[in-house]
Amino acid sequence: MQRIRLRYTKRGRLRFTSHRDFQRAFERALRRAEVPMAYSAGFTPHPKVSYANAAPTGTGSEAEYLEIALTAPRDPRKLRELLDTSLPAGLDIVDAVEARTPALAERLTASVWELRLDGVDVAEAARAADAFRAAETVEVQRRTKNGMRTFDARAAVAGLEAVAATEPMTTADAAADRPGDGACAILRLVVRHVTPAVRPDDVLSGLSAVADLAPPVPAAVTRLAQGLFDEETGTVTDPLAPDREAARAAPQTEARDSAAAAVPAVEGSA
Amino acid sequence: MPAEAAAAAPDAVESVFPRLEALLPHVQKPIQYVGGELNSTVKDWESCDVRWALMYPDAYEVGLPNQGVMILYEVLNEREGVLAERTYSVWPDLEALMREHKVPQFTVDSHRPVKAFDVFGLSFSTELGYTNMLTALDLAGIPLESRNRTVDDPIVLAGGHAAFNPEPIADFIDAAIIGDGEQAVLDMTEIIRAWKAEGRPGGREEVLFRLARTGSVYVPAFYDVEYLPDGRIGRVVPNRSGVPWRVSKHTVMDLDEWPYPKQPLVPLAETVHERMSVEIFRGCTRGCRFCQAGMITRPVRERSITGIGEMVDKGLKATGFEEVGLLSLSSADHSEIGDIAKGLADRYEEDKIGLSLPSTRVDAFNVDLANELTRNGRRSGLTFAPEGGSERMRKVINKMVSEEDLIRTVATAYGNGWRQVKLYFMCGLPTETDDDVLQIADMAMNVIQKGREVSGSNDIRCTVSIGGFVPKPHTPFQWAPQLSAEETDARLEKLRDKIRGDKKYGRSIGFRYHDGKPGIVEGLLSRGDRRIGDVIRAVYEDGGRFDGWREYFSYDRWMACADKALAKYGVDVDWYTTRERTYEEVLPWDHLDSGLDKDWLWEDWQDSLDETEVEDCRWTPCFDCGVCPAMDTTIQIGPTGKKLLPLTVVDK
Repeated sequence: MQRIRLRYTKRGRLRFTSHRDFQRAFERALRRAEVPMAYSAGFTPHPKVSYANAAPTGTGSEAEYLEIALTAPRDPRKLRELLDTSLPAGLDIVDAVEARTPALAERLTASVWELRLDGVDVAEAARAADAFRAAETVEVQRRTKNGMRTFDARAAVAGLEAVAATEPMTTADAAADRPGDGACAILRLVVRHVTPAVRPDDVLSGLSAVADLAPPVPAAVTRLAQGLFDEETGTVTDPLAPDREAARAAPQTEARDSAAAAVPAVEGSA
Repeated sequence: MPAEAAAAAPDAVESVFPRLEALLPHVQKPIQYVGGELNSTVKDWESCDVRWALMYPDAYEVGLPNQGVMILYEVLNEREGVLAERTYSVWPDLEALMREHKVPQFTVDSHRPVKAFDVFGLSFSTELGYTNMLTALDLAGIPLESRNRTVDDPIVLAGGHAAFNPEPIADFIDAAIIGDGEQAVLDMTEIIRAWKAEGRPGGREEVLFRLARTGSVYVPAFYDVEYLPDGRIGRVVPNRSGVPWRVSKHTVMDLDEWPYPKQPLVPLAETVHERMSVEIFRGCTRGCRFCQAGMITRPVRERSITGIGEMVDKGLKATGFEEVGLLSLSSADHSEIGDIAKGLADRYEEDKIGLSLPSTRVDAFNVDLANELTRNGRRSGLTFAPEGGSERMRKVINKMVSEEDLIRTVATAYGNGWRQVKLYFMCGLPTETDDDVLQIADMAMNVIQKGREVSGSNDIRCTVSIGGFVPKPHTPFQWAPQLSAEETDARLEKLRDKIRGDKKYGRSIGFRYHDGKPGIVEGLLSRGDRRIGDVIRAVYEDGGRFDGWREYFSYDRWMACADKALAKYGVDVDWYTTRERTYEEVLPWDHLDSGLDKDWLWEDWQDSLDETEVEDCRWTPCFDCGVCPAMDTTIQIGPTGKKLLPLTVVDK
């Protein structure tokens, strides 16, 4: 059995896709792409897909991860292309590697978020971010299934800074969807994955609590990266890098299926 | 040309998405409003000259899977220079925000305002969508009443089964089309295109007249309704020359020529049906007297076994759905259903694709079919619809199933490992007594007794599901009195008590029922005339929305609004619902020609009262319902003798 790890996005208007919605769409894409999926045993067999740590409905993401199990090996690059064309634009499969190392989920310990605040002056956002960072704890409330819950949003935050939105939004679609003129601040947020989870909107609640920051329109939130948090540099590393390195060291599984991967073998024999 | 230029100005149509987007974080399930479904189409606005906004006037989760809208969406978008986009009812949470922030009713495909389109076409499967139409019109900024619209408003068009009596919404729509829509929307497109190309001469009235004079588009404003002193209709008469006295329904003859939808929409949001549906035939000639669908969709036209096989194959590839539904009004009646079921089951045995056959009749053959379809899958439950509890009732409604048949069928089912059988019934059928309904309990008990016997187990169940009967236009029961909500509820309670009170079998029988109140409103709307428009508008203005949803429907609101709105006409809700009509009475929909001969319908109504049955013309000679000669059609059935071959397996 081959396992493949994929990075995918929720872009533009499809950021309103809930995780359940994505699951249905992805499993249909697997069928359309005729991926030789491994199925769970039991009365109602399900394709074996492990999802990790999905972004909340309404937030965009450039870095969602999942892992699938196949009954026959496939070239990850071709599989990526095939699955990407089988999904609606906006739900894009942007990276694929064969799993060569254990537990992807354990390497997802932090996220980098971008919070785009239209109508907020960058200086005001910077003041709020400073106040947030200076605080020992920032109590926020969130409605959960079990009623209102109060927790600290400060400890999980490893980085929070405000920058001006200098460049236009990355995709034409996203740019068309947002009001173009007026002030706009961007917060870059690094959050450790802890329990209870601290989400970008909890940090926004925190900013409102410590500095009265009140954006006139809902913030456009995007997860930029997800991975292992490096305590020394304060950065988040690519969680698929170890698999990629392992594949470079021993490309045997791919070689069986992929003409491209077979090329080095030919060179080796020459 | 100057007129052309003037017409071009409002064409600068912008997406409302930026404004909508700001509202979406505050509403439930925002994904339903963003579009972008797989297989959806966004065509360039400027390069099209006839633009349709298609609406299913219910929530997205119900509207998206609707086959009718999906078919027309594809048929129109395939045409050069024509575009079609979809719109659905927004839930009240978004409606409130849209009103507050002045965001108009939009299409989900490119989020253009509905008012910018040439045609706003609504598909009414049920009359309970009428208030939602008014919400959408109002949100769109289109005047609610046809007479207040200008040349820049879309043509508001009604279709679907409820459009066979569009009189209750006559004030709100500009036109209605009855029957099959595929060819009809294309014909209509050409008329509108020509009128626009000429610079829209004569304005709105002219284009409506050009549509009306074809004889197959109904424009209510061109007809006057005259009433008798007692409240009944005197006559319905065209008020301008060139408009036909009667408007006929559309019938598409060769279904294999219309293999739609080819690429069914695959939603991101969860919807009520998520499967690849193929309509295996249209029309039904069983002649169940309560069934409007069976009457108005005649004659029977089968899709060929090979046509079905091809649609399933292409559709599954285009969608990735896990289930195939073989749709029709009585799917087991297809002349080659056995070969279709076996062929598809063979083909998809390895692919974990489920096959379902909704709407099957009670006979043992269907259990064999069901076994075929669930070869590898679950055997959860089988559903049958005897509709009437007593043999006598089944004769009245012409549902020719004997209790013996049913018992034999369920015995086969339980013997084949099925554990649950669902039985559907109606309450309030013409001439029905308490005793007829109480016999449903006896039937269910016999089913359980037989089931326990053949399965050797007590672990089997039977669910009785029952709702109130609503008499519908263009059926033999169009003259029948509807049972009042109170009497319906009383009868259902007696049945419930009898089932629950049975010590031996009661625990194995589930009982589900719908109370009689929504049925009375449905009855008021389905057999109503133009005066009912005042009621619909009053209910809408009082906040009525989503009447098909229990949590939104308010019987009291409907009754209060009806009392107020109808007082000036000297009629009331009972007059429309529980009153029996006579032969002479002009019915509000008499000028809409479904092809059925009114005298034949009347004879069939009389036969029903005598408990005389009528055969199915699919297998027996014609019994002169009138459709084929009136519409110049004929039944179109197999068998073709062909088989479904396995698809070529490409080895990877």
